[in-house]
Amino acid sequence: MKRPAALLLLAATPLLLGQAKPVLVPDVSQRDIEIIYSFTGAELLLFGAILYPGGRLPGDDRPTDIAVVVKGPTEPILIREKEKVAGIWVNAERLSYRSAPSFYALASSRPIERIVDERTRAIYELGLSSLQLSPASSAPSTVQDRFARGLVDLKRRSGLYDEAPRAVEITDGVLYRARVPIPARVPVGRFTAETFLIRDGRVLAAATREIQIRKSGFERFVAWSAERRSVLYGLAAVALSLGLGWAAGMIARRI
Amino acid sequence: MDIYLPIANLSVNALVIVLLGTGVGLLSGMFGVGGGFLTTPLLIVYGIPPTVAAASAATQVTGASVSGVYAHLRRGGVDMHMGGVLVVGGVLGSLAGAGIFRLLQASGQIDVVIAAIYVAMLGFIGILMGKEALEAILGTKAKAAKRRHHPLVASLPFRMRFYASGLYISPLAPLLLGFFTGILTVLLGIGGGFILVPAMLYILGMSTGVVVGTSLFQTLFVTASATLVHATTTKAVDIVLAALLLLGSVTGAQLGARLAGKARPEYLRLALAIVVLLVALRIILGLTWRPDEIYTVEPL
Repeated sequence: MKRPAALLLLAATPLLLGQAKPVLVPDVSQRDIEIIYSFTGAELLLFGAILYPGGRLPGDDRPTDIAVVVKGPTEPILIREKEKVAGIWVNAERLSYRSAPSFYALASSRPIERIVDERTRAIYELGLSSLQLSPASSAPSTVQDRFARGLVDLKRRSGLYDEAPRAVEITDGVLYRARVPIPARVPVGRFTAETFLIRDGRVLAAATREIQIRKSGFERFVAWSAERRSVLYGLAAVALSLGLGWAAGMIARRI
Repeated sequence: MDIYLPIANLSVNALVIVLLGTGVGLLSGMFGVGGGFLTTPLLIVYGIPPTVAAASAATQVTGASVSGVYAHLRRGGVDMHMGGVLVVGGVLGSLAGAGIFRLLQASGQIDVVIAAIYVAMLGFIGILMGKEALEAILGTKAKAAKRRHHPLVASLPFRMRFYASGLYISPLAPLLLGFFTGILTVLLGIGGGFILVPAMLYILGMSTGVVVGTSLFQTLFVTASATLVHATTTKAVDIVLAALLLLGSVTGAQLGARLAGKARPEYLRLALAIVVLLVALRIILGLTWRPDEIYTVEPL
């Protein structure tokens, strides 16, 4: 009599766990980042609460982790690799990707390799080594890996890709917060901030918030006119240089 | 004081850019060169993308040459006829340059080609100028070369008179010269004065009184045309960057022009030759040393 009951309980485990899953309530400090003349980068504060069913924290001492991923719009890119030919460095091999994130930052409460296994990292794109880049040209996987490492290294140097283990602080097991630096070179567009709650190597809950980064005011006007009114923009640039050159000459003659 | 460049998409220290402009302006005022050959590489070293650097440097050279053209026009130092031919060639050259630019960009070799042209050009001119200046300083120079145009120029058809230059030659020669400098203006963001001036003297054989003025006249129009070409094709003219550079360079140019009156020309030329050779050396190092980053990313 006991055995069937135990089996029933076992079969219902996923269901019960589903009901018992915690929920994330995330938020970001800025929904809109405006790039103006004095923009030298920004710092996003991502914070929120973990709501456990019944308000009870899990009793055991297995750690609960939070990982936050901020991603910029994806874009098709071409990566070139320099090679030394006859003593000078020239671009030789190249590989193009259909979509690569223009910005990627991961903040986690512990190093991501210790929180989840490789498969889960690949599914949720957690970590710079697990980015799902889609090469547009077929190349051996060793070459693809080499180029992917090159891309990550390059973007890391300019601050556009970032991985910050231990950048998420969890307070009393329910409140978390993370700071993600946004460099001045950031591309514009729709960004997403995904938050993952991870326990025992499994993602228990995930939530997404959107962030808009856009040029504003004069900067937007300049970028817009350069793109859409390029002839007028060019004439304005010429007029500006003629005007300044002329004015300096006039002033110098007066002095 | 940081300022965001809306086309280059990064923020720079405004003071550094203005000072860079001032330095280049000083040199251009002292030596009568546009200074684009210094602005572009320095901007690239500072971290500005090469295309934006070349495009915005061309804009800056326009401003730097205005007051020079005005001064030369007033004292009749511009051969309008010859200048017109050069400008036509230059504008056509800047259009061709845009095509070449696009081809090189597609093949991924634009940076290397720009650097290689710089090295060849700066090295050649630096050595030539340095040698000449040293000879003048040491007093070993025999005599000024006789003014005469190159036999190839004399063989071209459709001769016409250029009165102010004292020439009876085919307009094809200055047209080609202008065309060639126009290409360089778009590719490198330089005015091309330090190619034009020797070419006018030693290939065309123009009378010395109108060489600098006419060269500046061509520079003014062709850099303006290159700015327009860049604005419509590469869309890489950063007006904020150009304005910062201009603020520095127009003041620097006026200061430089005053300083130039107080120094002996051969020492000035020697100093310029050294600056030119140093820039060339820096670019050679950039080409041959293993770069920090051997990968580059460009959007498709």
